[in-house]
Amino acid sequence: MSRFLVRRIFGALIVMFAVATLVFIMLRLVPGDPIAAMLYDAGDPDAVDEIRTKLGLDRPMYVQYGKWLWNAVQGDFGRSIYGSRVEVSRLLMEALPRTLSLASLSFIIAMVIAVPAGLIAATRRNSRADYAVTFVAFLGLSMPDFWLAILLIIAFAANLHWLPAIGYVPLAKGFWPWLSHLILPALAVGTAFSAIVARMIRSSMLEVLNTEYMRVARSKGLSERTLIMTHALPNALIPVVTVIGIAFALLMSGTVVVENVFAIKGLGRLLIQGILNRDYPVVQGTILVVSAIFVFSNLLVDVLYSIIDPRIRLQS
Amino acid sequence: MEKLLQIKDLIVEFKTPGGLVQAVNGISYSVSGGDIVAIVGESGSGKSVSALTILGLVQTPPGRIVGGEILFDGTDLLSLDDQAIRDMRGQDIAMVFQEPMSALNPVLSIRRQLTEGMKLHLGLDKKQANARAVELLSMVGISDPVERLNQYPHQLSGGMRQRVMIAMALSCKPKLIIADEPTTALDVTIQAQVLSLMQDLCKKMNVALVLITHNLGIVARYAEWVNVMYAGRIVESGSARNLYANPSHPYTVGLLNSVPRLDQERGKPLEPIPGNPPDLSALGDGCAFAPRCRFATEKCHIEIPVLAVVDDEHRSACWEIEALQRENAA
Repeated sequence: MSRFLVRRIFGALIVMFAVATLVFIMLRLVPGDPIAAMLYDAGDPDAVDEIRTKLGLDRPMYVQYGKWLWNAVQGDFGRSIYGSRVEVSRLLMEALPRTLSLASLSFIIAMVIAVPAGLIAATRRNSRADYAVTFVAFLGLSMPDFWLAILLIIAFAANLHWLPAIGYVPLAKGFWPWLSHLILPALAVGTAFSAIVARMIRSSMLEVLNTEYMRVARSKGLSERTLIMTHALPNALIPVVTVIGIAFALLMSGTVVVENVFAIKGLGRLLIQGILNRDYPVVQGTILVVSAIFVFSNLLVDVLYSIIDPRIRLQS
Repeated sequence: MEKLLQIKDLIVEFKTPGGLVQAVNGISYSVSGGDIVAIVGESGSGKSVSALTILGLVQTPPGRIVGGEILFDGTDLLSLDDQAIRDMRGQDIAMVFQEPMSALNPVLSIRRQLTEGMKLHLGLDKKQANARAVELLSMVGISDPVERLNQYPHQLSGGMRQRVMIAMALSCKPKLIIADEPTTALDVTIQAQVLSLMQDLCKKMNVALVLITHNLGIVARYAEWVNVMYAGRIVESGSARNLYANPSHPYTVGLLNSVPRLDQERGKPLEPIPGNPPDLSALGDGCAFAPRCRFATEKCHIEIPVLAVVDDEHRSACWEIEALQRENAA
């Protein structure tokens, strides 16, 4: 098990190194000049050159790359080259908790809805409950999250005044202020996600319920509850876990639109602004963090797998 | 003698895209306590469905029990509610299934799968159930039973898994075990071992056994009573000895001629039964075997034959039984 983990972590580091390198190169291949983006009027070549030298962008690319990588390994992602020249790590430390909070809460909401819904749909196949779950799931899937977000704001913030419409309050300032600002965006993001997971659990569960070992378990006289929860569910979750892992990583980087609707300055917003400003260090730093999250989620999925499935756990 | 299991005029239908199919078409048989009864037939003959019906394990829909009675110790199992039939399962009647590779849950340990029934039905605590599990595993011939308990199905061979299944079936001291093709998926050498084991244990513990198989040859050594099924009906029924000595249905004769036997001269070609198994959704009026039968006469295509006495403890459903017996004698 520990050898398995060491191997996986080593692999993860290689993936992150590759991502960092690719992003560094691709950013510089993209047309557009950070200094042109910075200066309102880039007409003065002397001023442009001066800034370029100051930022170190006049040096050869491999020197820039080496320096950046060396610093990044030590935890220094440089400073934003746009505007006030804030440290990238500070920007990240501000954005990360927001996105992490939003993604986690969305994830929890999605699971709380999806697991029971999927189970009910599968065990009462072709019943009204099943059709209802399927209908709501398709509704959730086909509704764009930003549109749902706006509907939620209109209903719960503008009309009912139950919850704040926009913004983010750190957890340090109290649990309820933090939570109340997150409920609506998390609902907007979590709904579509729960629809996907519920559908997956349903189909995976249906497959398991038809297996020979379920018939054997039933022939032993076990209660319906034991059959579903201990015999069927763990097997049904094996394929679902993969999707959940990927989806969680996507949640971490892919809530840009909803972050914008609710004016939450998370990772997604940071990344988009960085790209628009050709703010190389910000984009590089953010993507590195996002890729770390992806790699880590996948690692977590593998560990989860081995917990659920003895065939994987006992292989090594 | 009081019968342990009595099935009377059981009819089971299935709704399929091709129409209504009568999988079991009015079969009756009985099993006495401690006896081994074989149900023999090709796939699609209704032998598995009739067995699954006993424990209410046929999915409804698409299945539907149209008529008949299944009496176990005098209680009609078909009239029991869900909870009552669940209490029967595993405790009074246990099952052994065909595919040992897929019959055990891959994510649960052998311990868990072997002890859960005992905890439920016998009310044993963890320690007692563990002790009995070890005992059962050594009884079915598994070495290192203590270690095996902590293993998972994928760590056991097919033969061992089937032994675990047998241990599971015996665990709650049932009165009847239904074994649905218990050895079909195993190697030939293992088949005999597993069957002998089942026979031994059932005799030792006075458990009746319904052995479902497509291999009439296997049955000879183990069963006391044989029911041959074709297209949802029992076509021949009798004590194993009489049925082998004097097979009295053309289908039974066909089954016997189509498998190699040790008591026949070597090199004798096997005779397959001509034609295909019948389409159950399009059965005609007459005997379902008539289209494949060389003795078939006009009557066979018009009227369904009924089970008639052949000799002591032996009945057959065939209109041309005399023609068949003349040939047997020759």
